[in-house]
Amino acid sequence: MNRFSWFDATSIKEAFEQVTATVSEHIQPKGPKDAAVFKTGGVDLLDLVKEGLANPSRIVNIRNIPGLDEKSFDKKSGLRLGANVTLAEMAEDPVIRENYLALHLAVNHAATPQLRNMSTLGGNLAQRTRCWYFRSLDHECFRKGTGTCFAQDGENEFHAIMRNEDCASVHASSVATALMAFNATVEITNSKGEQKTVTMEEFFIHPSDDSRYECILKSDELITAVIVPPVSSGTKSAYIKQGARESYDWAIADVAVVAEMSGSTCKKVEIVLGAAAPIPFKSMEAIGQLKGKTINDTTAGNAARAAMEKATPLTKNGYKVDVFNAIIKRAILQLV
Amino acid sequence: MKDKSNQSHSAEAETEALVNKNVSRRSFLKGAGLTTAGTVMVSSGVMAFDRPKPQAKKAIGPGATTINLRVNGKTRTIAVEPRTTLATALREHLQLTGTKIVCDRGSCSACTVWLDDQPVNSCLMLAVEVGDSEITTVEGLSKNGQLHPVQEAFIEHDATQCGFCTPGMVMTTAHLLRNNPDPSLEDVRHAVRGNLCRCGTHPNVFKATMAAAKKS
Ligand SMILES: Cc1cc2nc3c(=O)[nH]c(=O)nc-3n(C[C@H](O)[C@H](O)[C@H](O)COP(=O)(O)OP(=O)(O)OC[C@H]3O[C@@H](n4cnc5c(N)ncnc54)[C@H](O)[C@@H]3O)c2cc1C
Ligand code: FES
Ligand code: FES
Repeated sequence: MNRFSWFDATSIKEAFEQVTATVSEHIQPKGPKDAAVFKTGGVDLLDLVKEGLANPSRIVNIRNIPGLDEKSFDKKSGLRLGANVTLAEMAEDPVIRENYLALHLAVNHAATPQLRNMSTLGGNLAQRTRCWYFRSLDHECFRKGTGTCFAQDGENEFHAIMRNEDCASVHASSVATALMAFNATVEITNSKGEQKTVTMEEFFIHPSDDSRYECILKSDELITAVIVPPVSSGTKSAYIKQGARESYDWAIADVAVVAEMSGSTCKKVEIVLGAAAPIPFKSMEAIGQLKGKTINDTTAGNAARAAMEKATPLTKNGYKVDVFNAIIKRAILQLV
Repeated sequence: MKDKSNQSHSAEAETEALVNKNVSRRSFLKGAGLTTAGTVMVSSGVMAFDRPKPQAKKAIGPGATTINLRVNGKTRTIAVEPRTTLATALREHLQLTGTKIVCDRGSCSACTVWLDDQPVNSCLMLAVEVGDSEITTVEGLSKNGQLHPVQEAFIEHDATQCGFCTPGMVMTTAHLLRNNPDPSLEDVRHAVRGNLCRCGTHPNVFKATMAAAKKS
């Protein structure tokens, strides 16, 4: 790791006074070489530093800022998770398990128990892709801001099968898959103290729109919380993650389904795919296919097929289409 | 952690007053001459937020800085750069080489230690961010020369081959038993999900952990 100085911020104001760039700004080929960047759990940041992709001159720790690790829940306003809430805290939270089952499952299947103790929700959403070309110092790839996507006809067995025309990386967060299905929003606070709340769809940036960023955060902005809207009593949800190993691994494919049910009829539904596209991907095709239908083997299978209709698999990841077909169908059937 | 709940209220009140007066806990501890965990009166529980506490100095480095690390019940003073990971600090500065560095990226859990009561990957944590938290390594598990029941069971059930993953496995399973003395096999499997063993000792790790649970 390169040498860096360390600043332990105890307030948001203090943190903004120190920080000069987001990690994404800093690691671009034309980005600022001399940068002070935010760190929470450090799981992704230290990986980038060890790899030599990031060489910050200062690390600004925001992990000790009081208040950022608070959680609250209210049946009317829903769930509010401070940015520094750890994945372990989410995984063990009975309120999340009872009201947001898909989120509970997603968090429990993310990373390892050790990493969940360290990883924060804010850091999880702002982490960079695990595409091995992106993570390699030797590849000037498209997702770093210039260059080409080496995955298009390279080693692409874990890469995107949807919206992969310019860059085939997949977003690393499997927690985001479930959050998007619950229509969660991200609360962002800037250095002037102004706050805005954006949907998950607005938060993530597809590489074809801007290849340098995976999310909209600027250096004078911090995620302060994630807000998950309340769910009605008829809401059911399911989440399935398929990895290469049963123990733990990054998702090859994951899916979250959240539906408002009346008996076995699906009145409203959200279906989100993870590790399918460069950003968490809400499948309007599958949603359109399932909405208003009685859930059974046929309708679940049709919705899964609809989700995969526009898939454009690469040379080595065609199998992911079959995996998605299977887990989308299975997740839908778990609702009844 | 558990033994910290029964501290006297007066100690808490005293600490709070000191914190309010802007006296750092670090200097308080030093001033009070308390060096071993057994006699430390204050704990994370009395602070306003229960994160690893910042060391007294907010801005340090990039050169080496002196920090105090509470490891296995002793406070140790070392000089580290901010970039020094906890794993490196333990192995190279404190010669506690039980903790292994294998992937150095959070993927194998060989470097698992406890930060207060939580298993973490010491390869992805910086020594400077440990603050006043208590670190427990595999060297700190035995008590009065007596191996931890999990360690004994690992020997008895042949749960180690090359041994590289073993300290991490032991820290993970010992932590499980501490919070869940009567785990199901599924609980054990879930706990060691992140602990990679390329020699394939998992079945014996499961057996050893279940056996240790029965004994303790
Ligand atoms: C082996 C391994 C397996 C993993 N598996 C999974 C998985 O299956 N699913 C999954 O979802 N994740 C997985 N992860 C990701 C991991 O759990 C962490 O969530 C992630 O690496 C970053 O979290 P962190 O809190 O450590 O963030 P950090 O590394 O501290 O920060 C990450 C980035 O976010 C920025 N940042 C942090 N907090 C904020 C904030 N509040 N506002 C703005 N910017 C911020 C930082 O500047 C940095 O750029 C895995 C990681 C590893 C190493
Ligand atoms: S060495 Fe830390 S997780 Fe592998
Ligand atoms: S015993 Fe060799 S890696 Fe586990």
